[in-house]
Amino acid sequence: MTDQTAYNFAYLDEQTKRMIRRAILKGVAIPGYQVPFASREMPMPYGWGTGGVQVTAACLVPEDRLKVIDQGADDTTNAVSIRRFFQRTAGVEVTEATADATVIQTRHRIPETPLTEGQILVYQVPIPEPLRFLEPRETETRKMHELEDYGLMHVKLYEDISRHGQIATAYDYPVKVEGRYVMDPSPIPKFDNPKLGGNAAIQLFGAGREQRIYALPPYTQAISLDFDDYPFAASKADHSCDLCAAPDSYLDEVITDDQGSRMFVCSDTDFCASRRAAGHIGPMGAPRAGADVE
Amino acid sequence: MTPDALLGGFTDAPRQSARAFRAALEAMARPGTLWPIDGAAPPAPLSVAAGVLILTLCDGTTPLHLGPSYDLPVVRDWVTFHTGAPLVAAKDAQFACGTWADLMPVDRFAIGLPDYPDRAATLIVEMPALTNQGPRLTGPGIATAAHLSLPETAAFRANRALFPQGFDTYLTCGAQVAGLPRSTNVEAV
Repeated sequence: MTDQTAYNFAYLDEQTKRMIRRAILKGVAIPGYQVPFASREMPMPYGWGTGGVQVTAACLVPEDRLKVIDQGADDTTNAVSIRRFFQRTAGVEVTEATADATVIQTRHRIPETPLTEGQILVYQVPIPEPLRFLEPRETETRKMHELEDYGLMHVKLYEDISRHGQIATAYDYPVKVEGRYVMDPSPIPKFDNPKLGGNAAIQLFGAGREQRIYALPPYTQAISLDFDDYPFAASKADHSCDLCAAPDSYLDEVITDDQGSRMFVCSDTDFCASRRAAGHIGPMGAPRAGADVE
Repeated sequence: MTPDALLGGFTDAPRQSARAFRAALEAMARPGTLWPIDGAAPPAPLSVAAGVLILTLCDGTTPLHLGPSYDLPVVRDWVTFHTGAPLVAAKDAQFACGTWADLMPVDRFAIGLPDYPDRAATLIVEMPALTNQGPRLTGPGIATAAHLSLPETAAFRANRALFPQGFDTYLTCGAQVAGLPRSTNVEAV
């Protein structure tokens, strides 16, 4: 696998890429609608981003700079292996800086840095059907989308309120796209939901095992479902980042010893590192990377 | 088969089709914007943009309809040799290529099914000129409003009314392409 010329550009054969590209274009033309496609076996297991990888492979051009994140981090196993996969099979440049990337493949986060025109955000999606846990039959959910019959989803959110006093769904929070299709935004935290709508970048969603592709074109309306008396609220840990002091970024809680000590850090590693490089230091942050963290 | 049919395809299909698809994706995702697209030299009357779109998106699984003024031996042979796409009547087509007059009436084309709206045709409309002047476009992919020199507005308004069903359109001229998905609202100005 060290010889990249042994593979077609971006791994997939041309016939497969044409099939995926046609599905992407139909997805873009019908925002929020899940287009079936003939998902291929990829050299990684389902659940590791096979859908996202196929969408990325169909979109990449040799001039791209690719960024891959897993839960916001550039340096986790899933992100590193997908990044190396495309370095080897497509020969594209890679980057960790959100602003420098032209294509960003993501698992479960939208970067904190606002995206711009010319960027493509590719989501890895495990279950693309927002109604699947309410109605297991594909024949039924397809009919529900056809008839815009989304009452069941509102019942589910209502039951959340009656049981927990609030809408307890914290990730995978459904959105309604352009007043038509209810869409699963992949398991991003609901903190990220407000960035789905009106985004300047093209957002593409690939579900490999479930064989679906869907899309949000730029500047498309995506409204999180809610009730007048229980409006949607993006939530995060009530804390600021212990490393970069960011008050407004999505945080991971990290246990630091056996006594239950913990710290909150930005889930977006590039955002956190660039803030620290710009001189923002949190209570547990060290001035330079590599220095001891107290 | 005409000998010229063998010429004018991609010389480096994986990379050229990737660049062409990116232009096609940006065009469809941002209706009303014009994108350069090239990499092939199709026979006249096919424009570079229309030829490259056919090479990038069509293959043996996508029935293609050629409008009367494009249904020439040289075009049929070129498309067949380079893509293998079956050439069919309008109602069976997944892709269609021709001038606007060729493709009229557009209600012959597949608009998808209520439960599978993706099974709809994509029209490649060859234009004498393509500019950012003309009917006003709003909808997904457009921040405020865009303008595009459409051949007419009534057919696209009727198509928008079918949403989520409806056909999607590429407008091509020379080596430029613009997209008009079914989701776009079109208003005459």
